[in-house]
Amino acid sequence: MDLATFLVQCLNAVQYGLLLFLLASGLTLIFGIMGVINLAHGSFYMLGAYLAFALSPLFGNHFLSMLLTGMVLAAVFGYALEWLFFSYLYQRDHLQQVLMTYGLILVFEELRSMLVGNDVHGVPIPAWLSGSFSLGGIMQYPWYRLFASAACIVLAVALYVVVNRTRLGMMIRAGASNRDMVRGLGIDIRRLYRVVFAAGVALAALAGMIAAPMASVYPNMGASVLIICFVVVVIGGIGSITGALVASLLVGFVDTFGKVFFADLAGLGIYVLMAMVLIWRPEGLMGRRA
Amino acid sequence: MNRPMNRRTAVALTALTLAASVQAQGTEKLKVGLMLPFSGTYTALGVAIENGFKLFVQEQGGKLAGREIEYVKVDDESDPAKATENVNKLIRRDKVDVIVGTVHSGVAMAMARAAKESNTLLIVPNAGADAVTGAMCATNIFRSSFSNWQSSYGMGTVAAKQEKKKTAMTITWKYAAGEEMTTAFKEGFEKDGGKILKHLTVPFPNVEFQALLTEIAAAKPDAVFAFFAGGGAVKFVKDYAAAGLNKSIPLYGSGFLTDGTLDAQGDAAQGILTTLHYADDLSLPKDKAFRTAYARNYKLQPDVYAVQGYDAGQILKVGLDAVKGDVSKKAEFAAAVQKSTFDSPRGGFTMSRAHNPVQDVYLRKVVGKENQKIGVASKSLTDPARGCKL
Amino acid sequence: MNTTTLSVQTTPAARHRWGATAWLPLLVLVALALAGFLLQGYPADLVVKIMVLAIFALSLQLLVGMTGLVSLGHAAYFGVGAYVAVLASGEAGGNLFVLLALSMGAAALYALAVGALSLRTRGVYFIMVTLAFAQMAYFIFHDTSLGGGSDGIYLNVRPAAGPLDMENRSVVYYVVLAALAFTYGLLALIQRSRFGAALAGIRVNEQRMRAAGFSTYGYKLAAFVIAGALAGLAGFLVAARDGFVNPEMLSWHISGEVLLMVILGGMGHLRGAVLGAVAFTLLKEVLATQAFVGPLANHWQLTLGLAIILFVALLPKGLIGLAQRRKEKQ
Repeated sequence: MDLATFLVQCLNAVQYGLLLFLLASGLTLIFGIMGVINLAHGSFYMLGAYLAFALSPLFGNHFLSMLLTGMVLAAVFGYALEWLFFSYLYQRDHLQQVLMTYGLILVFEELRSMLVGNDVHGVPIPAWLSGSFSLGGIMQYPWYRLFASAACIVLAVALYVVVNRTRLGMMIRAGASNRDMVRGLGIDIRRLYRVVFAAGVALAALAGMIAAPMASVYPNMGASVLIICFVVVVIGGIGSITGALVASLLVGFVDTFGKVFFADLAGLGIYVLMAMVLIWRPEGLMGRRA
Repeated sequence: MNRPMNRRTAVALTALTLAASVQAQGTEKLKVGLMLPFSGTYTALGVAIENGFKLFVQEQGGKLAGREIEYVKVDDESDPAKATENVNKLIRRDKVDVIVGTVHSGVAMAMARAAKESNTLLIVPNAGADAVTGAMCATNIFRSSFSNWQSSYGMGTVAAKQEKKKTAMTITWKYAAGEEMTTAFKEGFEKDGGKILKHLTVPFPNVEFQALLTEIAAAKPDAVFAFFAGGGAVKFVKDYAAAGLNKSIPLYGSGFLTDGTLDAQGDAAQGILTTLHYADDLSLPKDKAFRTAYARNYKLQPDVYAVQGYDAGQILKVGLDAVKGDVSKKAEFAAAVQKSTFDSPRGGFTMSRAHNPVQDVYLRKVVGKENQKIGVASKSLTDPARGCKL
Repeated sequence: MNTTTLSVQTTPAARHRWGATAWLPLLVLVALALAGFLLQGYPADLVVKIMVLAIFALSLQLLVGMTGLVSLGHAAYFGVGAYVAVLASGEAGGNLFVLLALSMGAAALYALAVGALSLRTRGVYFIMVTLAFAQMAYFIFHDTSLGGGSDGIYLNVRPAAGPLDMENRSVVYYVVLAALAFTYGLLALIQRSRFGAALAGIRVNEQRMRAAGFSTYGYKLAAFVIAGALAGLAGFLVAARDGFVNPEMLSWHISGEVLLMVILGGMGHLRGAVLGAVAFTLLKEVLATQAFVGPLANHWQLTLGLAIILFVALLPKGLIGLAQRRKEKQ
């Protein structure tokens, strides 16, 4: 492999990793702050993709407005879902959460089938983001992919700022380490959780919306990203957004170069990575020691 | 009752019993078990096959060989792990006379095994696994669709001979169907002087193709052959075009790369050559009649899956007519089917001795939102039925 | 951060005793043995299917209910057992007992390797690591030539040993019944032994056990390996019954379903695992049959999903818990 190709592959790895991060950040937030394992996270990704499919004809080229609207809609949905369903999961043990959210996946899949059907759909790339530029003469690189990576970076920074530099973020971090103390200080922990959950759903939906023009919108699309997402969160350490970022990039590299060098065993790659990380650091790269 | 039956009653009873048994023999309902995906990714295909089959039966007045058709449905969930249980439901619980299914090859393999063991008639309306009419072939197993080998071999010969490509790379998911398709393409391609540089694979159902597209761009083959279906096909074609490769390296595929996906693929798919035993604009009278009837009945446009379902009905009719509705006569059923020519919306086809269609495989090009037939890649192509002992 | 706590009935000090509770399983065993003569066709198939799933669920009960280790990758040992049964059978089929030993041995070996590495982690991380190792096994069978690929492989001839020929459905029934009785009996023995008491202690408070001088890692690993071997037994039986194996047998959906059975029936109780297997199988049957639920049968995913949510929410202690609550009320 020559240098130019190697660099392009690195770009591919980073771009995939960043999109994974967007998805995983929502999961690690929900997992880390509220201690809830949510297997239905892939369904929120699917929700975003189908939202993009539905909203795209209405917004045309106003892609950013569409993303914003989609995020708001998803957040509202997340808020309601937390209130009606997830709030009952906090007292339950992990096993019950796993199973109840597994049931939720089935419900969402069937509802999707009944409401939107089973066809494969595409979402057009907005005109101002279409086209590609030449990458070292090897191939064309679509502007849209660059935009996707940029959007993920912007979100990552925004997330960092909110969690580490705002009052809301302070409450979130406090609630993660000591729920009762926070309540004792007069902060409505239930409302806080609802907001965090809504944010998690919005992030996952955003990932789906950004991915939709590149990928396609089809049944069961949540299932394939779900496992990868969990692997990322576990490698990075539950509850750590920085960990999720590092892990996403690691997974991006393993996936990309695995396909190139270990074609037959490429599928195993990320699991071998996860097993190795957990054996070395059983709480993930940046997780808190239990 | 203490008195022995008097003679009149005995005669009447015997007559009634005889009449009843004659009734039972000829005009008892024929149970058709439809084992298809009615949930999940392949639902649309399952529905299309069911629709096509039922349309044919409807055109025959709801009866085949004088027997009314009764349907039993089982959702196979496209899950091979549950396939044996599911097909046994049809065979042992519902005691169906014929099984029609399915889409997914892994499930179809389990069905073929169970059908072989219980000697139940099985008509496969899609699953292309070569083994179904290869190593697993049997007197009672038929296929109305295609074999993976058939659908890609022609693309290989066309790429080498007609399009004059010297080198190619193949790319597909790492699963059985992908391997059979790319191996067939390689066979056809190398037979006419081409050389495959590399077989690229992506773990199933991963759809992150960028890494391999970069590999293709760096290696610069004359052509690329791809096999993907459904959501993966849409993404691959779009990613291929976004990487600018569609302008420098022609993309060829098995027909499934562009079947049912053109709406979603849009401009990215223009000009792609594929091979399949069906196309969107065959100007055959049978096809026109079929498409009109299907659209009128179901308010949907038919696709290759609907045609395969329809032809499964044709196969059943031909066999049943020959055995006068008695499905236990497997050898006669098979003999009749092997002798027939089927007037299908895809064109005429006959059956090979392994019970796979011997058919024309069309060369199609994507123009607008259609796969237009621009030629015939292979005329009356017979699958080699490797491993079949029939 | 909450650790994975599991709500189970028994206190650590109380050891299980023989006696009153033994008659019910024995009665069921006799009933099943008699039923084997009477049932034909599909009902017999259903009973065999439930019995095999019961073995699978029982093997997980050892891990989850008795030791407190939640594994989301149990399908791996099930699949390894099934695949070895097919791979080790030649063209002419193999000896029933030899293949059985090989299947269980291979499953136990993989469980040993996985357990040795995974038991270094705890809680949610443990759940995920077990999942990862199952996915690895899945991809090995799915992607490499070892397993014959994604379409699966089939047995030419089913295992046999003299008069015990698995080509005969009646033989299959009784072999499966014998395996179920063996599994249940073995686990009942374990529950009542010192080993079982140690496992129960680990489940309730591992630190205290370590303070008391137990090498908890060793005990957990032993439980993991036994559970893996028993899951391999279930896999062997499925391969012998169906004559066909496929990589999907190692998918995480299967791991999820067997976990569901255990929690549905009631954790910590052997009867719970069996009950869960019965209840879950029948539930899926009913929800997918038009004769029972009419047009909703086409939307079985919706009804099953809702049923799972309601069951887990309302009956966290499973069906056994329901029975116990009613006993307490009396």
